[in-house]
Amino acid sequence: MIMFLIRKILWATATLAVASVLVFATLEIIPGDPAQVMLGINATDEAIAALRQDLGLNKPVLERYFSWIFGMLQGDFGNSYTYSVPVNELVADRITISLPLALLSLLLSTVIAIPLGLYSASRRGSLADTSIMALSQVGIAIPNFWLALLLVYFLAIWLQLVPAGGFPGWDAGFVVALKSLLLPTISLALPQAAILSRITRSALLETLGEDYIRTARAKGLSTGATIWKHGMRNAMIPVLTILGLQFAYLLAGTIIIENVFYLPGLGRLVFQAISLRDLIVVESVVMMLVATIIVINLIVDLAYLWVDPRLRHRSA
Amino acid sequence: MTGFFQTAMRNRSFATGFVITAMVVLMAAVSFLWTPYDVTDLDISAKLKAPGWSHWFGTDHFGRDIFSMIMVGARNSIAVALVAVIIGVGIGVPVGCWASARGGLLDEALMRGNDVIFAFPALLSAVMITAIFGPGAINAIIAIGIFNIPVFARLARGAALSLWPRDFIMAARAAGKNKTRITIEHIVPNMANLLIVQATIAFALGIIQEAGLAYVGLGTQPPLPSWGKMLNEAQTMMSFAPHMAIIPGLAIVITVVGLNLLGDGLRDVLDPRLVRKRD
Repeated sequence: MIMFLIRKILWATATLAVASVLVFATLEIIPGDPAQVMLGINATDEAIAALRQDLGLNKPVLERYFSWIFGMLQGDFGNSYTYSVPVNELVADRITISLPLALLSLLLSTVIAIPLGLYSASRRGSLADTSIMALSQVGIAIPNFWLALLLVYFLAIWLQLVPAGGFPGWDAGFVVALKSLLLPTISLALPQAAILSRITRSALLETLGEDYIRTARAKGLSTGATIWKHGMRNAMIPVLTILGLQFAYLLAGTIIIENVFYLPGLGRLVFQAISLRDLIVVESVVMMLVATIIVINLIVDLAYLWVDPRLRHRSA
Repeated sequence: MTGFFQTAMRNRSFATGFVITAMVVLMAAVSFLWTPYDVTDLDISAKLKAPGWSHWFGTDHFGRDIFSMIMVGARNSIAVALVAVIIGVGIGVPVGCWASARGGLLDEALMRGNDVIFAFPALLSAVMITAIFGPGAINAIIAIGIFNIPVFARLARGAALSLWPRDFIMAARAAGKNKTRITIEHIVPNMANLLIVQATIAFALGIIQEAGLAYVGLGTQPPLPSWGKMLNEAQTMMSFAPHMAIIPGLAIVITVVGLNLLGDGLRDVLDPRLVRKRD
């Protein structure tokens, strides 16, 4: 088990290192001079030279890479060129919207999908099962930003129940802030719930076909107790895998959804940075999101140990 | 082939999916020759018309015919998603096969490389690529295509690993064929079913991803219409022209449902053993 842990952590670290090289290299292969790109074609030679100096572009590549990495490890993401503030301040500010949004969506999607999937599997072939699966087939096909537009139209414009967009800030009161995250959360969560419910259903059906389930039934356990005590736990592995992947998608998905609802989160920051050609911000935010995804995958791997005791005794 | 098609059409998922997909493809094909109106034709006097006889799906804020834009947009969605799948299959499958044939350190290294790519959702790659090269359909294709590579590499590796110990592969090795030839002549044909099903799913996902990228302005650029961009333009007009947002969205949903049903159907038809297990 210790070996398994160490191995997983080592691999995650290696993956992170390679990913950071990729992100760094992508900005290295930029056609032309990054300083020129950031300042636009009308920039004077002096301004470009000054920015090159500022960005440390005159230093060798390796030195720049390592100072970028070590800077990030210490929480120093460099300075935003357009906002003239440290990137980590920008990020710290925006993440108070993106992270709650991703977490709330994950929560909502799980709360909807797992019970539906379990119910569907336990009533396989029934009208309820068929309807839930048909609904999920459509749910998978709905792009979250389109769902967002529809929700805005019906709930915000027509019925005026919730704000159509914008974010008052957490200072405006928890409930008010939460209310403006409601539609974004639903738009992100429902399509993911459709996928998750299907995975849960098929995972449970798979386990319900196993011998130990028949044994449990044979010793007189009720259907409910069998599913709860034996089926669920074994079905959780594929569900966990998908949950991990979904969090990654949700985090990336916030980039689009924030643009629908004009939420000043990381996604908006990235898009503003792209249009302002503020490459430092793009680089840092992308690296941060990628790092989060890698860490989440590591956590999922470790969660297997908790769910499946058999893995704890395997050496590697 | 006709025999296969007849059997397949008896599968309800396949039949429904096939009909929907065929209609979308047909619509895209016809758009090359004919559309009710020219999609670059601006007719301000006819702007924001609701669906009706002269404009089946209504018009947008420039008076462009939405039905024509949907037709041309289908072309664009299909092209982006298709090329992205081809990139995924073209690079992923050889990598997966190579990893499984060689095994050992190379296998481990290739699959770990996959993990790295997996940490970059298509949207993030697109963000990076666009930050550097500017937005455009080609960059959207590359971003989605890159994300498809590890999906197909994993699938191909897994399938190939289960095939290598089989008797007919042993026989081929005994006959003196080398690993490359065995892979091409025996391994790949035997995993074709799996690949076709996954390709359909990746194709459907590609359509959604393309729409998402176009929606945030990272995909196809004007004046070519794309479903995602139509939704973006519709956003500010939701309150007085909801048809502008509803119709392109429905086009995406119907196309994706069609492709997913086709994939589900193909899986059942190509591998009859699974039918009992799945339902």
